[in-house]
Amino acid sequence: MGRTLAEKVWDEHLVRRGQGAEPDLIYIDLHLVHEVTSPQAFDGLRLAGRPLRRPDLTVATEDHNVPTKDVDLPIADPVSRTQVETLRRNCAEFGVPLYSMNHAEQGIVHIIGPQLGLTQPGMTVVCGDSHTSTHGAFGAMAFGIGTSEVEHVMATQTLPLKRFKTMAININSADGTLRPGVTSKDVVLAVIAKIGTGGGQGYVLEYRGNVIENLSMEARMTVCNMSIEAGARAGMIAPDAITYEYLNGRDHAPKGAEWDEAVAAWEQLRTDDDATFDAEVDVDADTLTPFVTWGTNPGQGLPLSARVPDPREIADENERVAAEKALTYMGLTAGTPLREVPVDTVFVGSCTNGRIEDLRAAAAVIKGRKVAEGVRMLVVPGSMRVRFQAEKEGLNEVFTQAGAEWRSAGCSMCLGMNPDQLAPGERSASTSNRNFEGRQGKGGRTHLVSPLVAAATAVRGTLSSPEDLD
Amino acid sequence: MEPFTTHTGIGVPLRRSNVDTDQIIPAVYLKRVTRTGFEDGLFSAWRQDENFILNIEPFSRGSVLVAGQDFGTGSSREHAVWALKDYGFRVVISSRFADIFRGNSGKGGLLTAQCSQDDVELLWKLLENEPGTEVTVDLTEKAISAKDLSMRFEVDEYVRWRLLEGLDDIGLTLRNEGDIDRFEATRPARLPRTVITTSG
Repeated sequence: MGRTLAEKVWDEHLVRRGQGAEPDLIYIDLHLVHEVTSPQAFDGLRLAGRPLRRPDLTVATEDHNVPTKDVDLPIADPVSRTQVETLRRNCAEFGVPLYSMNHAEQGIVHIIGPQLGLTQPGMTVVCGDSHTSTHGAFGAMAFGIGTSEVEHVMATQTLPLKRFKTMAININSADGTLRPGVTSKDVVLAVIAKIGTGGGQGYVLEYRGNVIENLSMEARMTVCNMSIEAGARAGMIAPDAITYEYLNGRDHAPKGAEWDEAVAAWEQLRTDDDATFDAEVDVDADTLTPFVTWGTNPGQGLPLSARVPDPREIADENERVAAEKALTYMGLTAGTPLREVPVDTVFVGSCTNGRIEDLRAAAAVIKGRKVAEGVRMLVVPGSMRVRFQAEKEGLNEVFTQAGAEWRSAGCSMCLGMNPDQLAPGERSASTSNRNFEGRQGKGGRTHLVSPLVAAATAVRGTLSSPEDLD
Repeated sequence: MEPFTTHTGIGVPLRRSNVDTDQIIPAVYLKRVTRTGFEDGLFSAWRQDENFILNIEPFSRGSVLVAGQDFGTGSSREHAVWALKDYGFRVVISSRFADIFRGNSGKGGLLTAQCSQDDVELLWKLLENEPGTEVTVDLTEKAISAKDLSMRFEVDEYVRWRLLEGLDDIGLTLRNEGDIDRFEATRPARLPRTVITTSG
C-alpha cells in the first residue's frame, strides 16, 4: 500500500507511536517564533525551570507589532514596544537567534524562513501562527500552533499529535497554465469558496495537478498559505525541480555532497501512485477568472465578474443568516456588480502576497498609471530582503510615482496590531488572507484579492482586474 | 492544570456560525505579555452592541457557550481560549470546531463539546425560551443535560483523559525523553540549523 506525501513526512518524524487513544509524538525540525504568541510560553519555561531544548532549531523575528514607517524610531505604542522588547529579552536569555527590526533579515516569519533556506522539503515546521501552512509549498509539513504548544516545542522539540486525514486538491487546466490575469491567489480563493471554511477540517491538503506543477515557489507559497482558511492545518506540494532551484545556494540550504544527498532524499517525497487520499477535490482551472471576497469569511468569494449575492437565494438557513450579517457588516447591497464596489484603501503585502513576485506583478499593472483620487495604496514588502530587492529593481519608485506609499517590512495592515489599520467603515482591497470583521481595524471592511486585482483596483477606485484598465 | 469532571452553569445561545478567533478576541488585545486578564477582550466588538447576548442578564453570567458550526476558525491565538476562560466560560458546545482552537482549548482546560447541529438547535431554543437555564456538562459520561433535554457529546479520548486528570502535556512528553534523545541521534547532519554560519 503506497503512502501520501503527508504520511511519509509524518512517519519520518515519529518519535513515539501513541498507544490506544494517545497521540503520536512528532519531532519538529524548525520552530519559528514571533513576539505575539511566545511571551507566555517563555514564561512557562521559566516557571518550570526548563531549558529551551534546541535553540539551534529555533529562530525568531519581529513582525506583527512593528510599524512600517519611521522604523528607526522606537515603537510609539508602549504595549507593542513592551511585547517586542520582551521577545528580545527572552531570545537573549534562551539563546534563540532573532532578526530584530532594522536587521537585514527581519520580516514576516513565513517570508524569512523560505528565503533563508531554512524551510526545506520533508521537514516539520511549526510556529505560533496559523499561516505556518505557507511552508508546505516546499513539501514540508508545516502548521500553526497555540502558545501552550509553542512552550511544548520549546521544552521538548516535539508535539503530541493525532494523525491528520489527507485530501488531494487536484488543480488542472488543458495546458497547465492559468488564464491571463489569473494568479495562484485566485486559485486558492476559488478552492476555499468551493470546499468552505470548514471543508479542510482535520485534513492535510495536498495540492496537485498540472497548474500546481507550473507555479513558481512564491506562487505555491500563496496557495499553501491560505490552507488554514479552508480549515486545514496544513497544505503541501510535492518538491520538484522548481523547489530545488529555489533552494540551491540559499544561506541554510545544504551545500556540496550534502546537497546531492538532500536532493536524493527529496526525490522520494511524493505521493505514491498506489496511495489513496481520504478525500479528493477537483478544480477546473480553465474556467477560473479573478476572484474576490464579498463577505466576512474567506469562503464568501465569487468571480470579480459576479454580483453581490442575494441571501434570499441561499437555501441553508445558517448560511443565509451568515450572508445577511456579512452584507450588513460589509455595507453591500445584493445585486450590485462587484466591479462597481468602491474602495478607500488598497493593501499589497502580508505573508500571502508580500514577496518579490507579488510586488513585481502589482508594479507592472500600476506602472505609468495613477492611484485613483481619494484612494490610499500601501505597498509593504514582506521582508527587508524583499524590500531591498524591490528597491534595486526600482519598484518602489513605480509605486511612489503612482501615488502609493512604499513601506518597510512587517505584517502591516493584514491585522490590526500595528499602526497600519482601516478606520471604521473604510473598505479595502487587500492581498492579505482574512476578511473577518475588524481584522484590518475595528469596523474595517475587507475584500481579499490578488496583487493584480489590487493594483487595478487602486487605479480605477473600484474592484477591478488589469483587463478593465485602458 | 485543574481537573475537569463535571460543570453546571448558565447556558448562552450564540446563534452564529464561523465565529473566528478575531471575533473572540481582536488582535489589539494580543499585545499583552501576560496569560490572564483577557476577559475585557472577549467578543469586544460585538459587546458594544447592547443587544448582544452577553450584555443581557442572565446570559452575562453564563459559563456554557452554545455556538454555531465552525467555532474558533482563523488565527491560532490561544488568547481566544484565555479570553473565554477569563470571562468565566468552562465549556463551548458546537457541532464543529476549528482544529487549532480545539487543540488550544484542551491545553487550557476549556472543554469543547461537539454534538449534532440538531442538538445545538434544541439547546438554542431552550436557552432562548427560558433564559438562565443551567446546562450540566459531564465529561466522565460525555453527556449534556438541561431541563428535559439530554444528549451525548464527542470529545477526543486523550484530551478527555488529560482534562479529567488535570495533566500537563509537557510533563507527559518528558516521561519519554529517552525516545526524543534516540530520535535526535538519527537525524541527518544536513538538516538546517538556525544559528548563522554564513553571512546573509
